[in-house]
Amino acid sequence: MTAAAAQLDVMVPTACVLKQVTKETPDTFTLTVARENGSAENAFAPGQFSMLWVFGVGELPISISGDPSKHEELVYTVRSVGKATHALVSQKPGTEIGVRGPFGNGWPFQAARGHDVIIVAGGIGLAPLRPMIYEVFRNRAEYGRMVILYGARSPRELLYRKELAAWARQPETQVLVTVDYGGIGWHGHVGVVTTLFKYARLHPARSVAMICGPEIMMRFVTRQLQEHGLQEQNIYLSMERNMKCAAGFCGHCQYGKHFICKDGPIFPYSEIGPLLDKYEL
Amino acid sequence: MQTLERIIEEHPFFEGLDHGFMDLVLGCATNVRFGKDTYIFKEGDTANTFYLIRQGNVALEIFAPQRKPIIVATLGEGEILGWSWLLPPYHWKFHAHVLQDTRAIALDGKCLRKKCEENHDLGYEVLKRFAGIVAQRLESTRFQLLDVFSAQK
Repeated sequence: MTAAAAQLDVMVPTACVLKQVTKETPDTFTLTVARENGSAENAFAPGQFSMLWVFGVGELPISISGDPSKHEELVYTVRSVGKATHALVSQKPGTEIGVRGPFGNGWPFQAARGHDVIIVAGGIGLAPLRPMIYEVFRNRAEYGRMVILYGARSPRELLYRKELAAWARQPETQVLVTVDYGGIGWHGHVGVVTTLFKYARLHPARSVAMICGPEIMMRFVTRQLQEHGLQEQNIYLSMERNMKCAAGFCGHCQYGKHFICKDGPIFPYSEIGPLLDKYEL
Repeated sequence: MQTLERIIEEHPFFEGLDHGFMDLVLGCATNVRFGKDTYIFKEGDTANTFYLIRQGNVALEIFAPQRKPIIVATLGEGEILGWSWLLPPYHWKFHAHVLQDTRAIALDGKCLRKKCEENHDLGYEVLKRFAGIVAQRLESTRFQLLDVFSAQK
C-alpha cells in the first residue's frame, strides 16, 4: 500500500457488530464489538482509542477499555452525555457500527516496566486506564507494585466495582476508592481523589504515574504527585479534545503545538504541563 | 504494648513535636475506642475534645431537612477528628459516625486550651499544625465543590 493509500485507509471505517451492551452505572455502558468477518485483527496498545461511527448519527472518539491481549473483540466504555453517545449506547446487540483505528500513542507501558505503577483515575477516566491495569496483571513480574487510586462522584457512579474488588486482592497491588459524596449505605472513603494519597504506599523514586480524568482533577493530582516527589517526566496524563479525523489532518484537536489524536492522547507532564494553566486552550 | 507517649509521637499530627511540649500534651490525652455505628459526637454538642485516629474509619455526616444524612468526608488512620474545640463557641458542626471500629487518642480540649494559653510557644505549635489540616481540608472542599465529574464530557 502506498503512503497516500494508507492515509486514506485510516479514514475508512470497518463494519463491526455490536455483541454486547452492559450497563455499568445509570449513564455509562460497556460495549463489546467484533469485526463482521470474525477476524481477530484488533491489536491495540493500552490507552489507544477508536472512532466509533453510529450510522446516520455521527462519529465519536472512544478509548478502548478492554484487555489488550484479547484480539477477538474490542471493548469500549461510554458515558451517555449527548446525542451521539446516547445513540451509541442505545444500539441493540447485532447492530452494525463503524470502527476506525486504533489511534493515538497509548500509555508508556514499556517505559513503565521495572517501575512501580501509580494509576489515578476519576469518573469514566478509569476506562482508558483499564487496559493498562490488565497489562500489568498479565505481565506481573515485569512491574513493581501497582497503586490504583480511583474517585467518582457517588457510589452509584463507580465503574467496574467487581473488578476493583478483585484487583484489590491481588499481590503487590493497593486499590483505594473514594467518592465525592457518600450516602448512608456507603461505608467506603468519602472525599476527593487527592485525599487518598495519605493512605497510598508510594515509592516516588521508582514510580511512573498515569492519570486520566477531568483536566482540573489531573491538575490537582499532578500537584500531589509532585509534592510526593515524583519527577515530571514520570507523570503521564491522558488529554481529551474535539477529535474528528483522528489522524492529525483536520486540526480540530490541536492543543498548543500538539495534535491530541496523533501526538497523544497520552503526554508526559513535562511536555504538557505548561499548557494546562493556559486559559481557553 | 506501645505507651501513650509513643503512640502520640508516632501520629503524623504530632510528628517532630518538642519533648517538652509532648509532656504537656500527654497530660491531656487518653486512649479511647468506639464501636461501629456509634456516634463520637453530634452536631451542636459541646466540643471539648479532639481525636488522633489510630485505626478505623469515621464519617463526618451532615443533616439537611427532608433528606437523608450526607457524608461529606471520611477520616481514617493518621488523621485528626475535630477542631471545634479550638474556637468559640466550642460546638460540633457535624456528626461523627463510626463506620468501622475505631481506636483513637482523645485529647481534652479544655486542658490543652489552658496549657496553650499559659505557654504560647505550645499554642503556636498546636495552631500551626491545625492550620495545616484546615488548609488541606479547605482545598479538598473547594475541589469537591467543583463537582468535576458532573461536568465531565
